[in-house]
Amino acid sequence: MKASNPFWREQLIDQIEPELAREIDIYETEIELRKQGKIDEKLFAETRLRRGAYGQRYDNGQRWDGQETQILQYPSTELTKGPNTVWDAPGMQRIKIPFGGLNARQLEVMADLAEEYSDGIAHVTTRQDFQLHFISIDDTPALMRRLAAVGITTREACGNSVRNVTACPYSGICGDEAFDVTPYAHALSQFLNGHPDTQDFGRKFKIAFSGCKDKGCGLVNMHDLGAIAVRRIETGVEKRGFELYVGGGLGSVPHQAKLFDTFLPEEELLPTSQAIARVFARLGEKKNRNRARIKFLVAQLGLEEFKRLVLEERALLPPDPEWTAFLNDLHAHDEQPLRPAASLNGAARPEGFDRWARTNIFRQKQSRYVTVTVTLPLGDATGTQLRGLADIARRCTRETIRTTVEQNIVLRWVSEADLPEVYAALKALGLEQPGAGTILDVTSCPGTDTCKLGIASSRGLAGELRIRLAEKSHTLDEAIQDLRIKVSGCFNSCGQHHVADLGFYGVSRHSGGYTVPYFQVVLGGQWTENAGSFGLAMGAIPSKNIPEVVERLTGRYVSERLKGESFQAFIKRIGKVEIKKMLDDLTRLPPHDQDASFYSDWGDTREFTIGDMGVGECAGEVVSRVEFDLAAAEREVFEAQVLLDKGEAQKAGEMAYASMVQAAKALVKEQFYDVPDDTDRIVSEFRTRFYDTQLFWDPFAGGKFGHYLLRAHDKHAEPATHEVARQRIEEAQLVVEAAYSCYGRMQAAKPPVKVKA
Amino acid sequence: MDLQHLSIKVFAERPETIDLSNFTGVFNSWIQRRVADELLIDVADYSHVFAGPGVILIGHEANYSLDNAGRRLGLLYNRKAKVEGTTHERLRQAARAALLACQRLEKEQALKFSGQEMRVIVNDRLIAPNTDETFTSLAPEFKSFFDTLYRGAEYLLNPTPDPRERLTVNVRAASRFDVETLLRNLS
Ligand code: SF4
Repeated sequence: MKASNPFWREQLIDQIEPELAREIDIYETEIELRKQGKIDEKLFAETRLRRGAYGQRYDNGQRWDGQETQILQYPSTELTKGPNTVWDAPGMQRIKIPFGGLNARQLEVMADLAEEYSDGIAHVTTRQDFQLHFISIDDTPALMRRLAAVGITTREACGNSVRNVTACPYSGICGDEAFDVTPYAHALSQFLNGHPDTQDFGRKFKIAFSGCKDKGCGLVNMHDLGAIAVRRIETGVEKRGFELYVGGGLGSVPHQAKLFDTFLPEEELLPTSQAIARVFARLGEKKNRNRARIKFLVAQLGLEEFKRLVLEERALLPPDPEWTAFLNDLHAHDEQPLRPAASLNGAARPEGFDRWARTNIFRQKQSRYVTVTVTLPLGDATGTQLRGLADIARRCTRETIRTTVEQNIVLRWVSEADLPEVYAALKALGLEQPGAGTILDVTSCPGTDTCKLGIASSRGLAGELRIRLAEKSHTLDEAIQDLRIKVSGCFNSCGQHHVADLGFYGVSRHSGGYTVPYFQVVLGGQWTENAGSFGLAMGAIPSKNIPEVVERLTGRYVSERLKGESFQAFIKRIGKVEIKKMLDDLTRLPPHDQDASFYSDWGDTREFTIGDMGVGECAGEVVSRVEFDLAAAEREVFEAQVLLDKGEAQKAGEMAYASMVQAAKALVKEQFYDVPDDTDRIVSEFRTRFYDTQLFWDPFAGGKFGHYLLRAHDKHAEPATHEVARQRIEEAQLVVEAAYSCYGRMQAAKPPVKVKA
Repeated sequence: MDLQHLSIKVFAERPETIDLSNFTGVFNSWIQRRVADELLIDVADYSHVFAGPGVILIGHEANYSLDNAGRRLGLLYNRKAKVEGTTHERLRQAARAALLACQRLEKEQALKFSGQEMRVIVNDRLIAPNTDETFTSLAPEFKSFFDTLYRGAEYLLNPTPDPRERLTVNVRAASRFDVETLLRNLS
């Protein structure tokens, strides 16, 4: 734990948006409450997940060292930060970067955090986020404050919530786009982040934007909600809108998204998304997390019924000015170049430049400007590299930086004439590797390096493939240059293997008393056309034979493809039986005494085990909105006690009263979801729905606890002495407890939700 | 100033002969054998990153790595947990832990480290921002420690200038020192 943790709050308070500052204060209090045993571990787990603080491999306090499973003797023996998750064990912090957009200062802060709290590496994920690993939970509030001070939030980066909203990294500069989706991605991200209608999901919810349909770097088809920019002429006027898709997703069972609307007008984007969120929250599966993504709900209801429910919900939504406010300011995200447009004009090119420029330069629709892709091996960058990139972005652009789902960083708006300078600067940072978006640019999820669910080492395999392919990059046939390789550590598909030409996901097999790392080979996925189709599994192969699989398949494609035949078409044509035949010998595993190397994973000398796998937190615990609200009420009671200890009786009394109202509101929302945020109205609704009906009444104490709230409501404006405040705090605690009991009774009495088969 | 989170790097000799890929196994064997009195947890391999942290042995109290920052390979001890005592004692703790790790690598892996040059990093920008003032205020503490370590031999303290970096001080003695001598000087 950092010695400076207590000081960051004061240091940055003026630089953090008040709402965000308050949220982080609350989170810090929750950490304190958990340490005191006043918050249940499941609830705390979901709380931290919603702030992006995720578990990491071995956080159950055990690790296989190759000979035995060692018990990691952390100082915090009893304290946990979630079920079976030791407090002191390092975790991962995910940091949301909506549409991947960053400025130089933000990149520098990322560098600082990676060095001070993590292991020196900032990692770009396959969803345009950053991740920092080996983080102490005690450091997370300080880390979040430092991010918040530069306008970055980790709110809802994990857990059952709306995750980072992604978008093509070329939005606004690509000649193929209908229009720039950036302001829409930004607006939807802002709108849904922390929105009350997104707090009761049974699973995570991923959104993506794409500027066009055919190239479709946004990968819309594999998202829970996806929007493709479309223009349409209506009565002679050009209108902007979206082809809207729902229910896509990868995971163990990939689903192509369904077309929800061919043209959703731009002003309908936010309210329709809100209505979809409401339907998902209301009808989505909550108990069986394996079937809780929206794709299952859409499949179960059928698209037409799902759509009917969404439109019905949409019609009922109370109007919100935020739905369209951003449309008045669509150009706020427009970017400008820093330097004048100029072409290279035969200027001297450093060695290696031409090769790099062939793959790492994207010509913008704005003449003589390009976007430079900086390839990060396995998505990793050091603090020094990030600071160096920030310098280049300041010197050559107006800090127009984005992360990509291929785990790279792009610098937009580079004048062509500046390319040699940019290349030289990248080279000094060791970031001049060519091959962006080609077969060399292998992407991978964290896998067994840090993920609790990882089965095999996706990063180890990806690293090995990168090395082997780079060694022969000069001789690689042009036909295979543009193929994509993606690796996941398990069937959950975070490495997006389904949309790769050559995809792999980790599995294991048992043989001769050993457990062996294998990878399923998934062939023929399509990256273009917004993840146009998913690949097919061809069988499992020992991990150590996968490089040979790549060698054979690419070799055969080079020699046998028909003119203009894509890899997908080639795989389809030669067929699964033939592919199996050509890989058959590679499925065989040598006995341990002949070749023990097969029994450990890439980049890991330990004998392989799957005993280190933990329970995943991808979905988090399913904690209902009411439970969250009641936990917030409980926290307010705690804060009231702290105020009273400080001698601030008046404030303590008010806080105690606020906690009672919060508890009442949590219950009222179960019956009247859109109850206005007005104390009189909340208390009046509570009286009618819960007190008068005796629903809130305690089986033994009767209406006593409800009466505490009603009395506090009548008297809260009166000055509070220490004694009055103390009494109100005690009553507030009882009201919150009674609310928990009431909710429990309501749940027990509820018939199961039925949806149309 | 309550100076915590001190990192010490000792540079390797003939770094071009060192293959980082061997060190995931080496560090894992340290976990197996529980070689330190600190809790050793896991190994992270970043050898694919240019001038990066190399291979890291992640611990609870501290990380050890064969670090390649600045393209200069060395053993880095990066203290995470607080250490009691004076700044001198904290520097001593970090330097001793780094040198003991070097000693182990010299014995077990035939690596060679030079004690003539070292780097001290204060891994906390709030406590120790990389400014002239911080360096000036800390210089006497650093001098007191390196006087002990180098036993009166001449040496130079060189802070790095970029204020965005963590406070980093390069130390170079006028004469050669090996790991064993420095450990003796600290005992
Ligand atoms: S695909 Fe599996 S191993 Fe990879 S990050 Fe996702 S859950 Fe973890």
